Amino acid sequence: MKPIIEIKGLKASVEGMPILKGVDLTINSGEVHAIMGPNGSGKSTLASVLAGNEDYEIEDGTVDYLGHDLLEMDVDERAREGVFLAFQYPVELPGVSTMNFLKQAVNSVREHRGQEPLGAAALLRLAKDKAALIELDARLKQRSVNQGFSGGEKKRNEIFQLAMLEPTLAILDETDSGLDIDALRSVSHGVNQLRNPDRGFLIITHYQRLLNYIEPDFVHVMAGGRLVRSGGRDLAVELEEHGYDWIQTDH
Amino acid sequence: MNTDTQYLHEVAESDYEHGWSTDIDADTIPKGLNEDVIRLISSKKQDPYWMLESRLRAFRHWQTLLADSEKYPRWAHINYPQIDFQEISYYSAPGNKPKYESLDEVDPELIKTFEALGIPLEEQKVLAGVAVDAVIDSVSVATTFKEELAKHGIIFCSFTEAIENHGDLVQKYMGSVVPYTDNFYAALNSAVFSDGSFCYIPAGVRCPMELSTYFRINEAGTGQFERTLIIAEEGSYVSYLEGCTAPRRDENQLHAAVVEIIAHKDAEVKYSTIQNWYPGNEDGKGGVYNFVTKRGICEGQGSKISWTQLETGSAITWKYPSVILKGDHSIGEFYSVAFTKGRQQADTGTKMLHLGRNTSSTIISKGISADRSNNSYRGLVRINKGASNARNFTQCDSMLLGDRCGAHTFPYLEIHNPTAQVEHEATTSKVGEDQMFYCQQRGISEQDAIKLLVSGFCQDILTQLPMEFAVEARKLLAIELEGSVG
Ligand SMILES: Nc1ncnc2c1ncn2[C@@H]1O[C@H](COP(=O)(O)OP(=O)(O)OP(=O)(O)O)[C@@H](O)[C@H]1O
Ligand SMILES: [Mg+2]
Repeated sequence: MKPIIEIKGLKASVEGMPILKGVDLTINSGEVHAIMGPNGSGKSTLASVLAGNEDYEIEDGTVDYLGHDLLEMDVDERAREGVFLAFQYPVELPGVSTMNFLKQAVNSVREHRGQEPLGAAALLRLAKDKAALIELDARLKQRSVNQGFSGGEKKRNEIFQLAMLEPTLAILDETDSGLDIDALRSVSHGVNQLRNPDRGFLIITHYQRLLNYIEPDFVHVMAGGRLVRSGGRDLAVELEEHGYDWIQTDH
Repeated sequence: MNTDTQYLHEVAESDYEHGWSTDIDADTIPKGLNEDVIRLISSKKQDPYWMLESRLRAFRHWQTLLADSEKYPRWAHINYPQIDFQEISYYSAPGNKPKYESLDEVDPELIKTFEALGIPLEEQKVLAGVAVDAVIDSVSVATTFKEELAKHGIIFCSFTEAIENHGDLVQKYMGSVVPYTDNFYAALNSAVFSDGSFCYIPAGVRCPMELSTYFRINEAGTGQFERTLIIAEEGSYVSYLEGCTAPRRDENQLHAAVVEIIAHKDAEVKYSTIQNWYPGNEDGKGGVYNFVTKRGICEGQGSKISWTQLETGSAITWKYPSVILKGDHSIGEFYSVAFTKGRQQADTGTKMLHLGRNTSSTIISKGISADRSNNSYRGLVRINKGASNARNFTQCDSMLLGDRCGAHTFPYLEIHNPTAQVEHEATTSKVGEDQMFYCQQRGISEQDAIKLLVSGFCQDILTQLPMEFAVEARKLLAIELEGSVG
């Protein structure tokens, strides 16, 4: 068990407004961490900052990713190094075919790893397997990336891409929001299949229900730009019962 | 540096791939234009008498337009210095021989030019199954697949040969769609045109291959005045491809082509263009001025003409492929992608003139502007009194890469029949930072992400192009979007 990512004293702001006010978090290989917390507390901001979104200014702190300074890396470089973000609001790419998009993504990651690029046939085979894993409607692959997808279809497509790209650190930002019961079950099943000793997960969610399916090793609570409480699986249950007020007054 | 500005810097530095010229022994007449020059061109072309007459008529008309500053075209959304028509040479032929029987007779330098352009004639003959009527400067140097076409009674030859061997057809149709009185550059072309392509598809024949012509301007200061005439008889079908590249030159080169298409009853003509002439350097110096008149007439009932174009070249483009929908139930289509960068100015669009009943037209135009370029769509849809139940659908989408470029849309509607159904949609978008972030988060580089998003933006047009052409179009777009850095 080795650390994948070590975040220390991370502070970030947008347009001069501080959002992250000192985040500390270490994720080791094989671990699943969940972050919960009230709306606007900075969960998505943390995910965006880790992925390299330049809208956010890093004010302080360090992020070590597999021995590299993550904050020094470009967005695409981070992705090729194995950082994957399943977006809370996946973006539509009109006219860009899903298979073409995946081909470029998969092959740029493979090239970075020194692997041969996948040809069209191999890619199709891989896509078919991975789509089956999370029960993605095969027809969605024929369409432009996310264009006209329903909210749930978009979320499922994110996990499909996760499966295709096989990242080292997977960040899921509210992937469960907008999924119906069956979709939640199949997506969770897919994520569980993707859990392995070399991979770490950071799962942002509002609902402990998801954590019934994907059992986290650690649960953290974010409030006001900080992780204010950390614990095990039972912390999520407690939160479900008492709400966040309990944590915030506690502080 | 944000994505867009960085991209712009790279694009501005990207070189014109085909920017060189071939050293061939050209037969060029002195600069300037007067009646003697017209007679000289005519005699070099060994024109029949009627052709000379026709040239002179057009020339005299053009002179009246030149004298009348009101008639000199200025209305397009572009700026260009006044052209000195006495500073241009109006005729140039490669070598001294006007015709070649086989490739062996062709100047090897010329063959090299084709090869550098990726058009090895020999290979194309075997592999692609495309008949190539290649035009360098003004005279056809090679024509292939003639026999195969002849079996079907299809005529595909240079305009010069058509004048010689099919004078009756040329006399009947030339100027019937674009008369020399049509506009300034049509008049000029009708007076001085040196060559071009001629295509005749007999009734009921489906042309078994894509017909293709490559144009290339290759003589410093030489104007290029091509003439294309396509006639599709009743129930016939043809797909025609035109592709262009031009070498880098310092002074602006004038190109004023005329293309005429006639589609008879139930005939269908698909005309596809890739145009990537030299656009000039970053400061806008050099480059081709492209003032083209392209028009087709759906003469017969149920006929159809589609124009599909990918425009990435020229310093200035001024081009409105049009369809006259005369036959009842006829269909006109215009699909266009125009990409401008540097200081390029493009003013393109179409005219759909509905005369017949139950006629319909579709216009889909995608403009992509980068750097300091200006990209305008100008379209006219006219529905005449007698054109009952006419329909038009127009969609104009503009994409801006950066904030120093411009996109403009000028739709003109003239509706004289109350039963008309006309729909117009227009959008302008920027390549979104969020879209870029999404692509890059998946490991795709900035350059590749831009290419992906731009080709996604024009996807529905590219799919209209014939297969091989679509591949070429995608490559060209990628080259245009590529930074030369590294
Ligand atoms: N690009 C931005 N511009 C302005 N404000 C921003 C931006 N991004 C985030 N914020 C602000 O930062 C705060 C934290 O936002 P963030 O999206 O990280 O919250 P969250 O914890 O993910 O909330 P939710 O549970 O609703 O998804 C919010 O107040 C939000 O308005
Ligand atoms: Mg959020």
